[in-house]
Amino acid sequence: MSVCTSRLDETLAQRLIHLTEAGLPLVEDPWTWLAEQLGISVESTLDLLKRLQGEGAIRRIAAVPNHYRLGYRHNGMTVWDVCDEQMPRLGELIGAQPFVSHCYRRPRRGDWPYNLFAMVHGRSREEIDSYREHLRFLLGDASRADEMLVSSRILKKTGLRLAPPRSCRSWLASEDR
Amino acid sequence: MDELDRQLINRLQRGLPLVRHPWQAVAGELHSTPDELLDRLHLLLEDGVLTRFGPMFDIERLGGAFTLAALAVPESRFEQVAAQLNDLPQVAHNYRREHHWNMWFVLACATGEDLDQTLSHIHTITGLEVLNLPKEQTYHVGLYFPA
Repeated sequence: MSVCTSRLDETLAQRLIHLTEAGLPLVEDPWTWLAEQLGISVESTLDLLKRLQGEGAIRRIAAVPNHYRLGYRHNGMTVWDVCDEQMPRLGELIGAQPFVSHCYRRPRRGDWPYNLFAMVHGRSREEIDSYREHLRFLLGDASRADEMLVSSRILKKTGLRLAPPRSCRSWLASEDR
Repeated sequence: MDELDRQLINRLQRGLPLVRHPWQAVAGELHSTPDELLDRLHLLLEDGVLTRFGPMFDIERLGGAFTLAALAVPESRFEQVAAQLNDLPQVAHNYRREHHWNMWFVLACATGEDLDQTLSHIHTITGLEVLNLPKEQTYHVGLYFPA
């Protein structure tokens, strides 16, 4: 839990996760429903949500599309071997491109030279190829090598879900995560 | 899907406003009514165009340990190894990607210790080297798919 979230908020956040595991009820006044479930006032509920969203514990209260159904059938994990000194600036730059859904720095390994990951999505292969070209242009000489790993099959995708308490918990962050 | 469905999908991907009457606020923006938007949202969820509507928690800030990992699986064993991984509750998602490292999966565990054990368990049951690539820095997370 983040350092700025209080103990009480932490408890309430855990209850919120359970209460909204299947989503927020589709009612005109969802905050009253949540307040009743949490046993606090509507005002406190709204304040709690604002605090958690302000801290980033809740990214937003939002709809998650099935992106395949919206026509986004192509995704590529672009990976780049970026010069370490320039990584802070370039990571932010790449992450800020509107067609990049996730952007992370990850470690290089023995036979894995890439330290910057940027996920791109599109409605055609040509579209994601063009995104990769654009990232290559932005990175220039700071990237020594790159590849795009195209996904060809979803083997498993678990929705936002809390597994049995004893064992590990698995979630879909996004993303996408 | 008509124009209002598309507008609703796009608007709700950006998040419900945290105001006292959020559906009235969104209905005002989209020149609709809360009832109509809720009906459409219900249908979009039922139809599977939307997979979920609700708070998106940054689970990593609420505890837990996560990583992205990959295996280079021989083609002859691909289905078998996919089934082995998919049986593990710690595997949140798993994709085939066209590369020497052809199986990419996200592990979501309660603790770092669980995560280490899961990684070595995968190595043991598959006999394959696991490429473990935990994130070191997040530059951006923000899925947005204009409908």
